[in-house]
Amino acid sequence: MPAVTTILAGSLLAERISAAVPDSIEETAEEWVRVRPEKLLEVARFLHDDRDTDARYLIAVSGVDYYDHFEVVYHLASLSHNHELVLKVRADHEEPEVPSVTPVWLGAHLQEREIYDLLGIRFPGHPNLKRIFLWEGFPGYPLRKDFMNLPGGVRPGLQRFPKEDPDQWGGEFRAD
Amino acid sequence: MVSSVPIKTEPMIVNIGPQHPSTHGVFRMRVTLDGERIINAEMVVGYLHRSMEKLAEERTWTQNIPFTDRMDYLAAMTGNLSYCHAVERLAGVEVPERAQYLRVIFAELQRIASHAMANGTFVNDCGAWQTPLLYMFREREKILDLFEMTCGARLTLNYMRIGGVAFDLPDEFMPQLRTLLDELPARMDEYDDLLIDNEILLMRSRDIGILSPELAMNASVSGPMLRGSGIAWDLRKADPYGVYDRMEFDIPVGYNGDCFDRFMVRMAEVRQSVRIIEQAVEQLPPGPYCADVPLNLRPPAGEVYSRIESPKGELGFYLVSDGGPTPFRFHVRSPSLMNLSALKEMVVGQTVSDAIVTLGSIDINVGEVDR
Repeated sequence: MPAVTTILAGSLLAERISAAVPDSIEETAEEWVRVRPEKLLEVARFLHDDRDTDARYLIAVSGVDYYDHFEVVYHLASLSHNHELVLKVRADHEEPEVPSVTPVWLGAHLQEREIYDLLGIRFPGHPNLKRIFLWEGFPGYPLRKDFMNLPGGVRPGLQRFPKEDPDQWGGEFRAD
Repeated sequence: MVSSVPIKTEPMIVNIGPQHPSTHGVFRMRVTLDGERIINAEMVVGYLHRSMEKLAEERTWTQNIPFTDRMDYLAAMTGNLSYCHAVERLAGVEVPERAQYLRVIFAELQRIASHAMANGTFVNDCGAWQTPLLYMFREREKILDLFEMTCGARLTLNYMRIGGVAFDLPDEFMPQLRTLLDELPARMDEYDDLLIDNEILLMRSRDIGILSPELAMNASVSGPMLRGSGIAWDLRKADPYGVYDRMEFDIPVGYNGDCFDRFMVRMAEVRQSVRIIEQAVEQLPPGPYCADVPLNLRPPAGEVYSRIESPKGELGFYLVSDGGPTPFRFHVRSPSLMNLSALKEMVVGQTVSDAIVTLGSIDINVGEVDR
């Protein structure tokens, strides 16, 4: 095992991915690779199962709002080869959707819920996609860059804490 | 005579928490029971959500350091360290030698304090009511005294700075640290005698909440949980940051991945931390304790993911800079949240009392789960 974690070069990673999953790479940089969203699950399965890549440990999933698009960043690691690799996926700003990788890594479960809660990116294929920190009905997604200028004069975060499950209590969410 | 007609039952939902001493903060576990067995479990968090990731986008890089205190408030030093380390990598700041050693000393002291708290509350959950907890608090108290004399705070320390640390050691620090290091191994032996052969602790925690190595890896758990399942993965060894590559220590691992193994890993890690501090004190060089870094730092545009081994596990920061005075994105990979990934798999099939022991052995900190 190497003494320090190395980050797998983007070009090498892209080569391996495109050999196994053709037509999936969008962009390659020095330390990361961006793949097409529709191919993400296939690429994730390959990286997880391949013995050279051996990305069986998902370190972190992060979402970033770049004004005109979203980016979801996956930091993956192999504990046996001690290397790290970075995978990115771009999502549209109007209808952000990225396939869920929870079937491959259980560790993505809570982080995808977190991104859905705070950035509003949907993850089709997630077993239990609902808000994690905020309550259902909270207006807007706080980590979006345009959060503080919501239309209709809504001032987010200043409402009182509502009943947690409106269906169960038979009441509507009221912002007073 | 025993009737052969099956009794009609229906599952019952029980909320454990949010205000409950065994949930270690405002954390709610919503379990579905069939008789006494748990058939489904769901965690409900967010009671302590302060949206730090959004707040951090409005503050300068230096102003964000106090936020990291308030994530894992039982291990504020390592929170500081992880964030400062990430910004230093992003901005290319060189940290002076003495500051590196001071960081190691304080991070390891914090690890001892956090593990003392974790083990104390864990044994508390097992039924050894309060006595071990107060013994552990005694050790933690001495470490907090050392923090207080150095930086003036005991819990929210705000001691690390980008490029070093905030203050040098006061004169009375070293003698007091010496006393602590001398008496800690003997105290740990005493706790081992008290706890490890304790019938109650063994019966409550052996073969309870087993986490297999495969599931541990797949669920991204880290820290003592991963090591308790038998995977020898410690970032201080695997990806050494600071001067950890000059320290000699071992990685304790468990065999069965049950609650007792996680407890034992923490107990053994305290001894390893004492070893590391001994070496760091011996090698501590003179010199400046902080680099010259502008208060209004503007790291070049780019992104970094930097991680350290905090007492709870892998604490990482994913920072994106657009070249401005504030972070463009400030994302925390919090070990407490990730260690809860396998909670359902661990508690399903157990009784409620075992689920509480399992939750105690995960050692979550809700400030870090919710952020």
